[in-house]
Amino acid sequence: MSEQYPALLVVVPLLSALVVSIAGWINKRLCFPIAVAALGVAAWSAVGLLLRVLDEGVIVYKLGGWSPPMGIAYYIDYLNGLVLPVVSIVALLNLIANKKGIEQQFPDKIGPFYTLYLLMVTGLLGIVVTGDAFNLYVLLEIAALTGYGLLAMGEERAPLATLNYLYMGTIGACFYLLGVGYLYIVTGSLNMVDIARLLPPLYQSKAVMAAFIICMVGVWLKMAFFPLHAWLPNAYTYANSAASSLIAPLVTKVMIYVMIRLMLTVFTPEFAFTTLAVSNAIVWLAVIAIVMGAVLALAERNLKKMLTYIVVAEVGYMVGGAWLGNRDGMTGAILHIVNDALMTLCVFMVVGNIVYKVKGYAFEDLQGLFRKMPFTMGALVIGAMSIIGVPPTCGFFSKWYLIVGAISAGHYGFMAALIFSSLVSVVLFFRVFEICFYEPFADHHGHDNHPGGMDEAPVSMVVPLLIVAVILIVVGLYTGDIVNHVIQFAIPETMV
Amino acid sequence: MKIIGLIITVVTGALLFYAAGDFPAWSDPASPASTYLSPHFIEKTMEETSVPNIVTAVLADYRSFDTMFETAVIFSAGVVCFFLLRISRREDEEPETRYYRHVLTGVTIQLKEGHKMPPSADFERIDSMWTPPDLIIKTGCRLLIPFVQLFGLYVIAHGHHSPGGGFQGGVILGASVILLAISHDLRTAVRRMSEKLIGILCAAGVLIYACTGALCLLLKLNFLDYSALAGILHVDPITARSHGILMVEIGVGIAVLATMIWIYNNISSAGRYRQGL
Amino acid sequence: MTDLISMVVAKYNYWIYITLMMIGLYAIIAKNNLVKKIVGMNIFQTAIILFYVSIGVKKGATIPILEHGHGPDAHHVVHAVDYINPLPHVLMLTAIVVGVATLGVALALAIRVYNNYNTLEEDEILAQIREK
Repeated sequence: MSEQYPALLVVVPLLSALVVSIAGWINKRLCFPIAVAALGVAAWSAVGLLLRVLDEGVIVYKLGGWSPPMGIAYYIDYLNGLVLPVVSIVALLNLIANKKGIEQQFPDKIGPFYTLYLLMVTGLLGIVVTGDAFNLYVLLEIAALTGYGLLAMGEERAPLATLNYLYMGTIGACFYLLGVGYLYIVTGSLNMVDIARLLPPLYQSKAVMAAFIICMVGVWLKMAFFPLHAWLPNAYTYANSAASSLIAPLVTKVMIYVMIRLMLTVFTPEFAFTTLAVSNAIVWLAVIAIVMGAVLALAERNLKKMLTYIVVAEVGYMVGGAWLGNRDGMTGAILHIVNDALMTLCVFMVVGNIVYKVKGYAFEDLQGLFRKMPFTMGALVIGAMSIIGVPPTCGFFSKWYLIVGAISAGHYGFMAALIFSSLVSVVLFFRVFEICFYEPFADHHGHDNHPGGMDEAPVSMVVPLLIVAVILIVVGLYTGDIVNHVIQFAIPETMV
Repeated sequence: MKIIGLIITVVTGALLFYAAGDFPAWSDPASPASTYLSPHFIEKTMEETSVPNIVTAVLADYRSFDTMFETAVIFSAGVVCFFLLRISRREDEEPETRYYRHVLTGVTIQLKEGHKMPPSADFERIDSMWTPPDLIIKTGCRLLIPFVQLFGLYVIAHGHHSPGGGFQGGVILGASVILLAISHDLRTAVRRMSEKLIGILCAAGVLIYACTGALCLLLKLNFLDYSALAGILHVDPITARSHGILMVEIGVGIAVLATMIWIYNNISSAGRYRQGL
Repeated sequence: MTDLISMVVAKYNYWIYITLMMIGLYAIIAKNNLVKKIVGMNIFQTAIILFYVSIGVKKGATIPILEHGHGPDAHHVVHAVDYINPLPHVLMLTAIVVGVATLGVALALAIRVYNNYNTLEEDEILAQIREK
């Protein structure tokens, strides 16, 4: 069966989405177990694939039995072999944690919610695993459409914020499609590896250059890279917590994976860094993204919105690291995809728990939470340490690689931005901790039955959260193995 | 905003105009797009899949994986519209006054204070905004709808040999039901195809597609490799591909049919399923 | 000069698609009404479809459906130059479906926005949000 893992990875969530959709009309209680089982199979296949890649190297899976470039093929190499388990495990843990919240918020629409959730995961996994440039577009749209649906169910402002996201997301996806069209018109192929083989003689062509730029702008729109980030904070803040803690960790990270895939596989690093000679400008954009994200986060008096600006800043880390043009920077960017997905999941799940219990996420709602929800806040401390970059947690190590990369590229502006953002994160989170820890329970929560007592979120929400918090530390401790056995092989040897 | 929009538009347009300079001229038979992959499709399709319509063959066989997700896209659009708009039964509290119309005489009865009328063949429930449909339109559409549906089925079934296939046929079939909803009212259309039926059909259509693929996987070949079906269908692997294409086209047709109606119902009535538009 | 004119004429499909696409892009960014933005988005997507379909055209070729599909002479020789490129058509079938799906979702969202604010003009909605 293991040779069918690439198909199972994507097809099982898809099939289960359809079955859940039908089950939603017949018996709602069936939805959750089916969804968990499907994501479990997906996570199992993803881990199995990673182990196979470590054993045998690149795996090619021909869909429909047609060999590429005629048909569509999946390529699993060290790069997506690493990202796939992260995506599937994040989706699985988040689903388990949010069962109660989903039932509380959408009692009548459980079936459609799980359907959209599974389709979204299908789309994200498919984007990561596919080796066909056009197939990626279709999956991008699945992930996007289901994402709009999930995000729009939230507070009063959610539909408008999501509609703005839809405009920007559609422009981004269309730009990507247009770029693929340009590549198709000059090469005649849609398969990524095949395009990469045909492109080198054409590198001086204006069309290829335009294709690269258009694809990049499209992907940046989707990942909310700095000047194009305006849609992200509102869309993520006003959504329901189950959706935002799925989408905030995964969508931006998967788009960064797409960017790195385009830079390393479809185009070569030489083309991206040397022929175009725009990498320096892009790193400076990333610097602005980091600084602006940090400053805008400081201005917020609202935990969830503050976190969304941190997401914007983190996008700057990864884009900047990838465009530094050296091995350390790229290693840091790829490692940060893993770490940032996990730590964003951690902090957004904390927000989910707080919303479930306190029904709010503004700073004044957080008072006295350390006493009330000690486990949740403990996880927040670990997540915050990781975002700040405190050693045993994983966030430190990716930041370390990024800084080393910045120094060896001689880009001190980027290094300064990283350190600045870490310092701002310290301020941000200690402000939150101060509110949660010292200030007494406010009077307007007087209706609560146990003032001052412990009132933790349900076990089914806390346990997945604690698992994520432990993973943050474990990944940090095993960073060396991840870099030496996986990421090192994901970067082409021509890149020094 | 207007100035920013103008600047972005001009810059993007200039980049695209600049890049278009390196493109092959329009309808050039020697362009890379026409000489690299497409000759293989054109010359080998008949041998490899025995489907004369190359677009169908590429869509549902060479790139069938794309098409499966394309069906999933339309399915998710249907689910999203339902998820966003449909008023739940508890919120959509039944109106205090209900209206019934005697079918033969056209007499309208108003029942107040939540009274209901037992279901009977003589009376039909109507919305408060109900207007009698125009006789000419009503009769014309009644005559037209069966032929529209027949044509839809033809387009699905004949996709192998002529322009057509699951998407086109499914849209035609869906349009026939939407025509009913426009010419009569939404209530009439929902009575013919209930919400639950549509919801299940939507998923079932995509499920037919995905299960065809999964069946190939169970028969020890790759996902969506229809030649695995040869053993079950008792035909040679090439013909099995042709039959496999027909199976998935039927699935696509059902999914598109149901989703079109679902999206229309939810959007036209803003999720209330009363008087449309 | 004649070079330029011949270039403009030979590639007029690209000029048309770029112009249309930019009209759509401008509408998405600059228009105030949310539904007008949706219309602009559709023009934008359709322009890309036009671009792809125009890639597939081949001078002197016909639609990609083989003649004499069945029967004893089913395997007669087919020349690639006689048929246009089928691949862009396949891709655009997908893009059309995606466009319809996006349009449906966008309209559903617009209805939700209208239910909340009773208007679809963006500035009026923002004024209402600021008041709260």
